[in-house]
Amino acid sequence: MEGKKRIRVLVAKPGLDGHDRGAKLLAYKLRNAGMEVIYTGLRQSPRQIAEVALQEDVDVVALSCLSGAHDYLFPRTVSLMREMGLEDIPVIGGGIIPQQDILKLKQAGVKEIFTPGASMKDIVSYITGLAAQQPVAK
Amino acid sequence: MNKDLKTESQAWENAIIARLKKNPERKPGFNNTSGIEIKRLYTPLDTEQTNYLEDLEFPGQYPFTRGIQPTMYRGQIWSMRQYAGFGTAQESNRRFKYLLEQGQTGLSVAFDLPTQIGLDSDHELSEGEVGKVGVAIDSLEDMEILLEGIALDRVSTSMTINAPAAILLAMYVAVAEKQGVPLGKLSGTVQNDILKEYVARGTYIFPPTPSLRLTVDVMEYCSSNIPKWNFISVGGYHIREAGSTAAQEIAFAFSNAITYVEKAIEAGLDVDSFAPRISWIFNTYNDFFEEIAKYRAARRLWARIMKNRFGAKNHKSCMLRMHIQDGGSTMTAQQPINNIIRSSVHCLASVLGGTQSLAICSYDEACAIPTEESARTSLRIQQIIAHETGVADTVDPLAGSYYIESLTNSLEKKIEEYIEEVDLQGGAVKAIENGYIQRQINQSSYRYQEEIENEERILVGVNKYQIEEEPLSEIYRVDPAMRQLQVARLESLRQRRDSIRANEALQRLESAAKGNEKLMPRILEAVKAYATLGEICDSLRSVFGSYKASKDF
Repeated sequence: MEGKKRIRVLVAKPGLDGHDRGAKLLAYKLRNAGMEVIYTGLRQSPRQIAEVALQEDVDVVALSCLSGAHDYLFPRTVSLMREMGLEDIPVIGGGIIPQQDILKLKQAGVKEIFTPGASMKDIVSYITGLAAQQPVAK
Repeated sequence: MNKDLKTESQAWENAIIARLKKNPERKPGFNNTSGIEIKRLYTPLDTEQTNYLEDLEFPGQYPFTRGIQPTMYRGQIWSMRQYAGFGTAQESNRRFKYLLEQGQTGLSVAFDLPTQIGLDSDHELSEGEVGKVGVAIDSLEDMEILLEGIALDRVSTSMTINAPAAILLAMYVAVAEKQGVPLGKLSGTVQNDILKEYVARGTYIFPPTPSLRLTVDVMEYCSSNIPKWNFISVGGYHIREAGSTAAQEIAFAFSNAITYVEKAIEAGLDVDSFAPRISWIFNTYNDFFEEIAKYRAARRLWARIMKNRFGAKNHKSCMLRMHIQDGGSTMTAQQPINNIIRSSVHCLASVLGGTQSLAICSYDEACAIPTEESARTSLRIQQIIAHETGVADTVDPLAGSYYIESLTNSLEKKIEEYIEEVDLQGGAVKAIENGYIQRQINQSSYRYQEEIENEERILVGVNKYQIEEEPLSEIYRVDPAMRQLQVARLESLRQRRDSIRANEALQRLESAAKGNEKLMPRILEAVKAYATLGEICDSLRSVFGSYKASKDF
């Protein structure tokens, strides 16, 4: 590996939710931390997100949903990414997500869930850690 | 006398400053969210410029700083209107009836996201979203179920709906006609504030220009047919939730409203014929005095804008009538019971700010949609403030406070500066298209977050006083079978209805949209023919196109 590759993160808003304060904030923080950030904007279907993850060759996918539709949208995104052979790309999620749902989402393949009040510093360092675990040669 | 006061005041400050090295204050400077520096002490010197009769006046008199009604809550307590709606129309109907039995005085309908974005429940993008943040309404049939057994001449109903406001309003009108209620007796509100959707809330459908045409059509239709209906509720609420400061919340909402007023005047309406029915929704956040002063400043400034900028002659055109909800984003997922205390303070600030109508967040806001118990607790907060504290017994009790009056002045000035900036950009639509407003909001949001991360701003349970805790044991869940139920009813409706009549109505709507005919009569016709919300919006999309937002952050 020559030089240090910048971490590439896809910040995505699956579904119809319009609350993008957290997603934009995270995107901004990640960029400030030296990462390359692709933000999808609102109203993305799980398939669109998986396709962008593929095209953009990202290291991590971060999903944000505050409408309660995470129970469908997060697992659906993970499974579509698997179908496309992207099972190595870790997916994390955030939003208004009841504690009771977190285990189910993790079982469905979401690496970690962050809820309101989570520290941005923690999320940024978590993503940095995830990217470091990525296989070097793709 | 003031000369003496000036000298004395300076001497007092000097003495304090001399001691600061030994007895420092908690931090080097104090500021509110709007970036206004908070002084150590306020004295009559800070309100010297305030002229009682010009700047404050009596309540019920221009510029309404002290309130829009002469007796305020001595006459009538504010309207308690908790935001509710989820799942199917049947379930929401039950919650409405429950809240009315508990003493709530008006309805406030939350719609699910597919409804807000003009998609039927069986649309691909609706998957996972049906019935989640509000009730799913696909057709007039759902609206009939939603309002079953509720006498529409006896309640006022607020509907949080924007891009498809005309369609949901048409459904409400159709139900009223079926109930035999004359339209003149209907009272309520449609949010119908599309511009803030592009900068904050995200439930837009069409681009701004055709959207504004729909907005003005609704304004016109209501003015001539449903005189007691508030055909627009201009929102600062969502701008604040997206991260703006208090001053920006008011300023950007005002800039949007200025555009609506201009468009209605361009369409040939007389300002005094419609301006009295403009209503507002704002957001009470944590800084108690800033919020109170914000509402007082907003009333005064809006009155001045209507009079000076638009030449309004009717005093009612100058009255800023508001609904407030406290900030959902101030509610924490950590130690959620603490939110009851936050909400109580928000409730108090909103009442001292002189609101007409109020909704208080439920303490489980950051975890899920409210349970019956948490929704009832929010209503109880309002009832306790209304009946037990005495704050409703006199009008605008904080007037004359050196701090409050000075802060009211500073906020008014700050709000005016932002409005001037938007004017310089060419108005709200331009300032949205070029991203100015979004950038301003984002910057404030980032700054607020920095303050939390750096612990300059303490949030109890979030960045200080944390504990290990168990999740809330009871949270409300939408029945996962809900979407199938809704889709089944939709499919059955499509079988049962007169399809030829529905299709013809849709075609007539489409050709009306292509020309410059008024759209409201065509939408009513389509709704009554049981055309679905998705079908009606598709007809309009085929002419107007869809809005594509920028992906900047």
